[in-house]
Amino acid sequence: MMMKSPDQNGHFGIYGGRFAPETLIPALTELEKHYNFSKNDKEFQSDLKKYLQEFAGRPTPLYYAQRLTKKIGGAKIYLKREDLCHTGAHKINNTIGQALLAKRMGKRRVIAETGAGQHGVAVATVAAVFGLECEVYMGTEDMERQSLNVYRMRLMGAKVSPVDSGSRTLKDAINEAMRDWTTNVRTTHYILGSVLGPHPFPVMIRDFQKVIGREARQQIRKAEGRLPDFLLACVGGGSNAMGLFYPFLNDRTVRMIGVEAGGHGIESGKHAARFADGSVGVLHGTMTYLLQDDDGQIRLTHSVSAGLDYAAVGPEHSYYHDRGRIRFTHATDQEALAAFDLLSRVEGIMPALESAHAVAHVVKLAPRLKRNQIIVVNLSGRGDKDVMQVAKIRGVKL
Amino acid sequence: MSRIDHTFSGLRAKKEKALIPYIMAGDPYLERTEELVLAMEQAGADIIELGVPFSDPIADGPVIQQAGQRALKWKTSLKDVLKLVSDIRKKSEIPIVLMTYYNPVHKFGVENLFKAAETSGVDGLIIPDLPPEEGRAVLEQSRRSGLDWILLSAPTTPMKRLRFLSEQTQGFLYYVSLTGITGASLKDLSEVRARLKMIRRMTDKPVAIGFGVSTPEQARALGRMADGVIVGSAIVRLVEQHLEDPELPSVVAGFVKRLKHALTGKPI
Repeated sequence: MMMKSPDQNGHFGIYGGRFAPETLIPALTELEKHYNFSKNDKEFQSDLKKYLQEFAGRPTPLYYAQRLTKKIGGAKIYLKREDLCHTGAHKINNTIGQALLAKRMGKRRVIAETGAGQHGVAVATVAAVFGLECEVYMGTEDMERQSLNVYRMRLMGAKVSPVDSGSRTLKDAINEAMRDWTTNVRTTHYILGSVLGPHPFPVMIRDFQKVIGREARQQIRKAEGRLPDFLLACVGGGSNAMGLFYPFLNDRTVRMIGVEAGGHGIESGKHAARFADGSVGVLHGTMTYLLQDDDGQIRLTHSVSAGLDYAAVGPEHSYYHDRGRIRFTHATDQEALAAFDLLSRVEGIMPALESAHAVAHVVKLAPRLKRNQIIVVNLSGRGDKDVMQVAKIRGVKL
Repeated sequence: MSRIDHTFSGLRAKKEKALIPYIMAGDPYLERTEELVLAMEQAGADIIELGVPFSDPIADGPVIQQAGQRALKWKTSLKDVLKLVSDIRKKSEIPIVLMTYYNPVHKFGVENLFKAAETSGVDGLIIPDLPPEEGRAVLEQSRRSGLDWILLSAPTTPMKRLRFLSEQTQGFLYYVSLTGITGASLKDLSEVRARLKMIRRMTDKPVAIGFGVSTPEQARALGRMADGVIVGSAIVRLVEQHLEDPELPSVVAGFVKRLKHALTGKPI
């Protein structure tokens, strides 16, 4: 199959591109130049490898979830344990790469947006280890539901700036981070957290995340002597999904499913399922599927998981969606919460509410498959950050 | 010759500079926007920049963001703004430029928009998140129609690109005075002066300076360097302070008059 990288202007077919204010265009060009250079630069690659192994704890295991497999009945379920990365999610793969680039570009300050706080924590972490000044923008609604991560960022010396505009979630945090970047572009690098934004962010972040799929490919071959039948991952912006899927795109027998946030259900209008209920538009620098109204205003989204609560999706996902290479479905808040419980009790692994959406779909998919079929689920993050929120939802006081 | 070209050449002949006030369409509501446009024209505005509200205005500071939110409370849409312009056209020939983010344009359809805008009497479009490389459809339509696609350039824009932008822009070149968002405060005029000198060597097209211009004094200083000055947040803040005030149009007109005096060298 295709495995077509974007054209030189960052277009995946009609998607992607660089819809950015003129002030940022030179910074994006500079980033692209440095990124392209770093791809073949031995020193950069060896630094990256070193930090991924010794600091982030790669490779992460591919774990055969035997009890879950038995409980659900059907295909064999493997979990790619990104939750075991330092800081608790796959986000660190990207932030290490971008922080190394920021240093090379001579930028002393990094900024970021965060939804669930996992990306923010991963940025605060690399800022600490590389000695960079750090400011993270976070919607006030997300700060409330992810207060633990807010404090974690502050403990590592980052400034966390509340964003009180719009829906007070990820979308608004990105708006504010882009405004900061526009203002401080000469000294600051914006560490975007997902395969979103203007070129070169989507392709660069995918490349930093594809280590997930590359490892998983080797690991499953070693464990099973063959490639999996299905790959499953939750999709907010879509970086964990693209990281897992990308190295398998040419493997025709491997089917891929991205799971979006179904919120209270598609009919309710309160969700973040861009492929189920969205249309093509431009948000935050890229052309892609998004949730918008008839006037082109961005719709408010809802998800129990802050990391999936976003109106747009990475442009490369839109491209493979249209070509039929990646299929998309969704799981509701309730289904994700049930999956959160299930994995905690059956495997002793508490998934992030984001990743719980992927687990929720495995519950539906595995029983329909044969016992010799294999599913690899990306367990993109751990659920420690969600404990307070889950307790609150259930009316438990801690 | 387009209305915008006509305005600039008329002003050049008089050795005057264009005053381009910005307001958000639908803030506080559409009927008021029409009154404000007419009042600003009376007070000496040469071109009007009308903001089209968007839910996620990444190039705008808090003042214009909130104006957009107020306009969106009434669900003010691009379609409404086009209707507004055609209403204004019954009473005024002042050039009107729409400033809109790209997504509402994309949703409306580029070709449809150009048709509708031309019929309504819109003279130009400013789309801050659409660089020329992504705007092939817009460029094609603007060349075919009487509408100008006005491009922006920034203090960070390298020489080669600056030349490209000044070649591509229509009507005038919008020079963003500072690295930042609308409503930020402009402190260093010497950098602006140096950049403008460079731009002047590249193009004969009119250049208007915007972002960070908030006082008549600043307008005067910047007017000496360019062909026009765009004032946005300072006016929108006045609107915000007088939302319910029946005198809103005359309050805004008073400020516009002072800006125009500053530009024409009269006592402020």
